[in-house]
Amino acid sequence: MSLNAELSRRIYTDMWRIRLFEEEALRQTSLGSVKGTLHTYCGEEAVAVAVCAHLRDDDYVLGTHRSHGHCLAKGAPMDRMMAELFGRTTGSCRAKGGSMHIADFSRNILGANGIVAGGIGPGTGTALASRIRKSDQVSVVFFGDGAAARGPFHEGLLFGSLWKLPVVYVCENNGYQQWVPRRNVAVVDSVADMAASYAIPGVSVDGQDLEAVYGAAGEAVARARRGEGPTLIEARTYRFHGHSLGDMEEYRSREEVEEWRENRDPIKLFSAWMKERQWLGDEEDEAIQAEVKAEIAGSVAYAEESPPPSPEDVMTDVLDTEWRVSA
Amino acid sequence: MRTIALRDALREALHEEMARDDSVFVIGEDVIAHGGPYTVTQGIADKWPDRIFETPIAEAGIVGLGVGAALAGMRPVVEIMYVDFITCAMDEVVNQAAKMRYMTGGQASVPIVIRLPCGPARLVAAQHSQIMESWFMHVPGLQVAAPSTPYDAKGLMKTAIRSPDPVAFFEYKALYVSEGGVPKEDYVIPFGKADIKREGEDATVVAIGGMVPRALEAGIALEDEGYDIEVVDPRTLAPLDMDTICDSVRRTGRAVVCEMDSSFAGSGAEIAAALAERCFHDLRAPIVRVGSPHVPMPFAEELVNVTVPDAGAVCGAVRKVMA
Repeated sequence: MSLNAELSRRIYTDMWRIRLFEEEALRQTSLGSVKGTLHTYCGEEAVAVAVCAHLRDDDYVLGTHRSHGHCLAKGAPMDRMMAELFGRTTGSCRAKGGSMHIADFSRNILGANGIVAGGIGPGTGTALASRIRKSDQVSVVFFGDGAAARGPFHEGLLFGSLWKLPVVYVCENNGYQQWVPRRNVAVVDSVADMAASYAIPGVSVDGQDLEAVYGAAGEAVARARRGEGPTLIEARTYRFHGHSLGDMEEYRSREEVEEWRENRDPIKLFSAWMKERQWLGDEEDEAIQAEVKAEIAGSVAYAEESPPPSPEDVMTDVLDTEWRVSA
Repeated sequence: MRTIALRDALREALHEEMARDDSVFVIGEDVIAHGGPYTVTQGIADKWPDRIFETPIAEAGIVGLGVGAALAGMRPVVEIMYVDFITCAMDEVVNQAAKMRYMTGGQASVPIVIRLPCGPARLVAAQHSQIMESWFMHVPGLQVAAPSTPYDAKGLMKTAIRSPDPVAFFEYKALYVSEGGVPKEDYVIPFGKADIKREGEDATVVAIGGMVPRALEAGIALEDEGYDIEVVDPRTLAPLDMDTICDSVRRTGRAVVCEMDSSFAGSGAEIAAALAERCFHDLRAPIVRVGSPHVPMPFAEELVNVTVPDAGAVCGAVRKVMA
């Protein structure tokens, strides 16, 4: 489906939902309500929303340590996500996972992943399950450019290509592998070029350009659903905040960050793109942001009102203790 | 009851579970050609060509795909050719398979069986002879099975495949051809139920996996010395049936714990520690552990013979607790 006014507004709203959810999460961290660390997706929103716009509810998504955006774009309830960050029993993972392992299986979001490249094998495995069951469900695996250095990236792509599995590999290349610029540790500039080694299409797109990501993802998802195998998409993007909380960001200049925030913000760019087409007016834009702010406030209230876990909860969910074998 | 080899019992379990449940499938290296090096997966490709996947040599990928398929509701049975090679996929086992249910607050179920042929056989030295059960016991969320007889192997494999949680299934290579009675009818062996392989009054010998036949051999040898040992086989190390082990030790008052792997921080260490905690006042002698010295598996037979504990080592340990 090509972008139209209605779909664009929905996508645009989702971008704001991600941006403001994370800004609120950062604020709640400074207030002490959200503990642990956060890896924010601010600046990369166009990638998750453009890819997930092509997915059905029963398609699978696997993420990274930076997956609030993937979850929201795939339809995870925001209030439960906020409650998870607050460490409350109503959280998506009942306060067992936190930001880095957030998952919502009711939406086939099989989890953020604290291990770089950790989702690539499993995401290829969900695609194998689709193949065995003869279902046309597609799997999408998001990962960073750092993952392209790890073995599971290479093994996952090999299996995906070998068996022509219905999976889309989406590399969010934000230029930094935690504190190290990619150019210092990589031997090929574009991760998309690595697709050639696995005989699958590799596409590099501007990750700040919603329309570009939407187009590439649409082709890749359709190709996977037709049973023609995987695609590797590289979305060149940028994270506005540090790698995680407390990052001193000594590895990049303030000017560089300002330049991206000012001129390469995917929300600003998409807003302008929609306004050019008369698909979004200023009033409507404000209304969307107000609506999202209300949703965020609601999610915070939900989290605040939710109970923290009890000490006995620590022992549950290790194994399914209800299960008994019988002949 | 008919008598079959352990590898045939495992093969039967796989065939029966694949017939019973469409979501069971097999994935691993060389699993179609020859049915794997141990012939356990023989015949599956003929019956279910779409449910067996012969892979490139990429263990992290194999286990990773298994985890994902399991998350999506399938029941993969993964073969890792030698347990030594699972080190190439430890992230997939430990960080992905084992923790997924917990990290997701109970949303995830990862019903994967990882078959791990293990132990010394045919002098293949340090990188093809390890056992490593204790590595997996130490990870919350993993179940660990280590059968010693064809009967246990089949019953535990069927349970492993039906289990909603991941199982590290240790198959002692040296036991693949050992024979034993296996009924034709469907049966399962629940996890966490130890089996008394020999009854006796004087000392309890807890023996794991490949040490069970050696402990039984020791039992016969020790009869001549007037010692009547009880041999307890935990069958699964996680969950671990300490109740049965403790009951036995309370009766005999003496305990020997045998494993084939290095006893330093090994599976037997957990059993010995739990016995000390729970049965200290029932013990009439200090617990003795039997295991390999803390060295990689050597190559030369002379060196292997002084590394891997045999029935003689079990006898020596029993004499120690009886003294």
